[in-house]
Amino acid sequence: MSDKTQIPAPRSWMFRAWDSDVAYSFRTSPVAIVAGAVSLLIILLAVLAPWIAPHNPYDPSSLNLMDGFTPPMEPNAFTGNVYWLGTDNQGRDIFSTLLYGARISLFVGFAAVLFAMVLGISAGLAAGYRGGWVDSLLMRVADVQLSFPSILIALLIFGVARGFIPPAYRETMAIWVLIVAIGLSDWVQYARVVRGATMVEKNKEYVQAARVIGAHPLKILVRHILPNVMGPVLVIATIGLALAIIAEATLSFLGVGVPPTQPSLGTLIRIGQQYLFSGEWWILLFPSLTLLALALAVNLLGDWLRDALNPRLR
Amino acid sequence: MLAFIIRRVLQSVLVMLVVALVSFSLFRFVGDPISSMVGQEASIADRAALRDALGLNDPFLIQFARFVGDAVQGNFGISYRLQQPVMELIMSRLPATLELALVSGIVAFIFGVGFGVYTALRRKGWASNTIMTVSLIGVSLPTFLIGVLLIWVFAVELQWLPSFGRGEVVSVGSWWRTGFLTHSGRLSLILPAITLGLYQMTLIMRLVRAEMLEVLRTDYIKFARARGLTNRAVHFGHALKNTMVPVITITGLQLGSIIAFAIITETVFQWPGVGALFINSVRFVDVPVMAAYLMLIALIFVVINLIVDLLYYAVDPRLRVDRAKTRH
Amino acid sequence: MAEPLLSVRDLIVEFPTRRGTLRALDKVSFDIQEGEVLGMVGESGAGKSITGAAIIGLIEPPGRIAGGEIWLRGQRIDNLSPEAMRRIRGKRIGMVFQDPLTSLNPLYTVAQQLIETIRTHMDISEKAARARAVALLDRVGIPAAARRIDDYPHHFSGGMRQRVVIALALCAEPELVLADEPTTALDVSVQAQIIDVLKEICAERGAAVMLITHDMGVIAETADRVAVLYAGRLAEIGPVREVITAAEHPYTQGLMGSIPTLTQTSDRLVQIPGSMPRLNAIPQGCAFNPRCPKVFDRCRVDRPEAIDRGGRRRVACWLYDGVKQEAGNV
Repeated sequence: MSDKTQIPAPRSWMFRAWDSDVAYSFRTSPVAIVAGAVSLLIILLAVLAPWIAPHNPYDPSSLNLMDGFTPPMEPNAFTGNVYWLGTDNQGRDIFSTLLYGARISLFVGFAAVLFAMVLGISAGLAAGYRGGWVDSLLMRVADVQLSFPSILIALLIFGVARGFIPPAYRETMAIWVLIVAIGLSDWVQYARVVRGATMVEKNKEYVQAARVIGAHPLKILVRHILPNVMGPVLVIATIGLALAIIAEATLSFLGVGVPPTQPSLGTLIRIGQQYLFSGEWWILLFPSLTLLALALAVNLLGDWLRDALNPRLR
Repeated sequence: MLAFIIRRVLQSVLVMLVVALVSFSLFRFVGDPISSMVGQEASIADRAALRDALGLNDPFLIQFARFVGDAVQGNFGISYRLQQPVMELIMSRLPATLELALVSGIVAFIFGVGFGVYTALRRKGWASNTIMTVSLIGVSLPTFLIGVLLIWVFAVELQWLPSFGRGEVVSVGSWWRTGFLTHSGRLSLILPAITLGLYQMTLIMRLVRAEMLEVLRTDYIKFARARGLTNRAVHFGHALKNTMVPVITITGLQLGSIIAFAIITETVFQWPGVGALFINSVRFVDVPVMAAYLMLIALIFVVINLIVDLLYYAVDPRLRVDRAKTRH
Repeated sequence: MAEPLLSVRDLIVEFPTRRGTLRALDKVSFDIQEGEVLGMVGESGAGKSITGAAIIGLIEPPGRIAGGEIWLRGQRIDNLSPEAMRRIRGKRIGMVFQDPLTSLNPLYTVAQQLIETIRTHMDISEKAARARAVALLDRVGIPAAARRIDDYPHHFSGGMRQRVVIALALCAEPELVLADEPTTALDVSVQAQIIDVLKEICAERGAAVMLITHDMGVIAETADRVAVLYAGRLAEIGPVREVITAAEHPYTQGLMGSIPTLTQTSDRLVQIPGSMPRLNAIPQGCAFNPRCPKVFDRCRVDRPEAIDRGGRRRVACWLYDGVKQEAGNV
């Protein structure tokens, strides 16, 4: 009987990736495809900003104050220059500032997520594997932190850090302080998921076996336990990226984020808001739309990923 | 029951002490309180005298105890920037924040639960899809951007509603100044309340929807259907009540974050509340105000937590029995 | 014979999935007579529970009845409006679920759940409904029912909770009770009691029972007739004693051979080689053919229809095609 059953030939990993449930769910979800495309487009534009942008908004010598407040697609009253998306008060090309702004927003977002992820995963592995007081301590801290909104935590960390940094360095250090503040405010989610999975996994027989043969705990953690939690961690990281981008924009909007000399999307919106009442709507609109598109696309991707990896919700 | 309350109160006190420690450390170690207070021209001797007078040379624990003692009496020192007692500053601005948070909280809860239940029961309809899509945009839209866009549409273009401030306020009692009682006060509240409430609403809505879908899958709902109960009874009698148990907890905690998120809304609308006060203290490293705000928020959180726990206890009969058992 | 209480004709239930449509039930037909206990046996996934869900109109979407008919006392019920079907549930068809720990709403007292159900189907006062509920709880064997009725479900043990579930299923006097593995989740020590209570009350009230279980022992003691399902198809149906002592379908024979208490003559348990096919890989012809010890060519090509073997026995197996029932076999 068994000799009749055919064992299918092993397929290539590319086929398996294409055929997997996650890939299938991506192919059949128009929302996921559009969100993926938009995210990719914005990321590409941001990364390639120095080569794509028509102007360098950080270079004062390339600016002409006469070009200020040019509406989109209309020639400037004095110079006759035409800008796609218009210019701001200093004559900076909005399109260029958008590209550079998205670049900073994305850099801060990715760096903060990476920082939170490394911190959270390490804490989660330690708490789950060691248990005992390490676990109690970390989880107590996590509980307390989780009951406060992360934006408040980020603000506090930011405020404290500014207190420690001498005023002369505050501008140059701002972006790093921001990354640390956002990262520290968002590590708990990773830690919780990783801790839970570690506690389940460490009691399984193969881990016990690896322990018995004297494998180094670090090796066990990295080789056996970590791969089991990558799914949920990826979901958290994707949604975390959207949150980090929003957090950065919010802090910059509040005037406590990146310095105005290196405007992120949040800073641009803050600037644009000042010209709302005088009718220069484009200075506000385009950064707002970019931020919305970026945050929405990444959020949608995260949402889709969560559903795709959690078949129960289908 | 009593033992449960006592234990929770003790836990709350402990949390407050930890927050006080953080607050105090902020106060003590971030920047130099002396130079923040006296400015550049004070002599070294003056500084040393002030340092002594303020007790900054005492042992850490004594200083901390003094800080806690002062804090309990509402004394958080003088703002570096505004040169006024911190407590006075906060109390004069607290009503504005509380009124804003209350209105947005109620709006967020009513619409959040309503939409959440609707979208859970009608999973496929166009209305549900619309609500879900809008809610996703709501989650992705940073609060400040919602505020700015609302100002643009309703204050700049349509000119229906004021774009900043609280409007006319009336004194109620000795220190509470309310905007509820005047027309301009109520008008001024609309945009900030929507801004602050929208994000919370989407959170509550998604939570209610997810919990409700989870509950609708349970055996007891299937059994209720199999007994021929009406959809109304199954959905609103059985499913909704079970959904609300976890929702109450998280919504209660959301109430705390509404007060914290008010920071952003208050900045956008120049709303004269404690959030705007705090953001300025961060910008100018005004440590006493930062420390006091932190304590205030922690107190609000702890109190809300306590109330939520008691509420939870009232709703879920299983907890009552479990507690009773553990006591024996 | 009189008109049956329940008549299921060529019932097909399908579940669309992305890899094609799965047939969970494939042309299943059977009757339940007034006051009769029909056992429904089969492995997990054979379609026992789906049959129950289809009868009571609660198949979970995206599953759906794709063909066939269900008649309740001469009224077709598989195509009723949701509201009309709701009125039948509880009132004419009751259902007992598997796990008493999860089938009661933890936030309502037993009294609230009973009274709500009674008053949904009967036009009586709250007080009368309560009296009725107490009497019913007393009947299913809850001690001090009048006092305990105001307790929450978690105050009761598993066995007691299942008694409450039975009371709930029967509180509007249904003519038919579907019991889906009513004892599987209980301690062995109380299983027999629950089955006894269920059987007694139904007999008292003249309610027929469809008892879904994978426990042949329970069937042997409780049921009047037994239906054997395999891969969504009816393999064999007949009076319980005949099926047990003289099973005709090779699958049923294997099933009986695997029960220790019923095969005292053999000192070894017989095991059927292989396992039931998944619903997306049912072989052509008879679904059992790859595992059947008596398989022949026709079994791999044509699907056997249920063959009437007389005495209300039917068997879906080509071995009996055109063969008269051997006399004296029973």
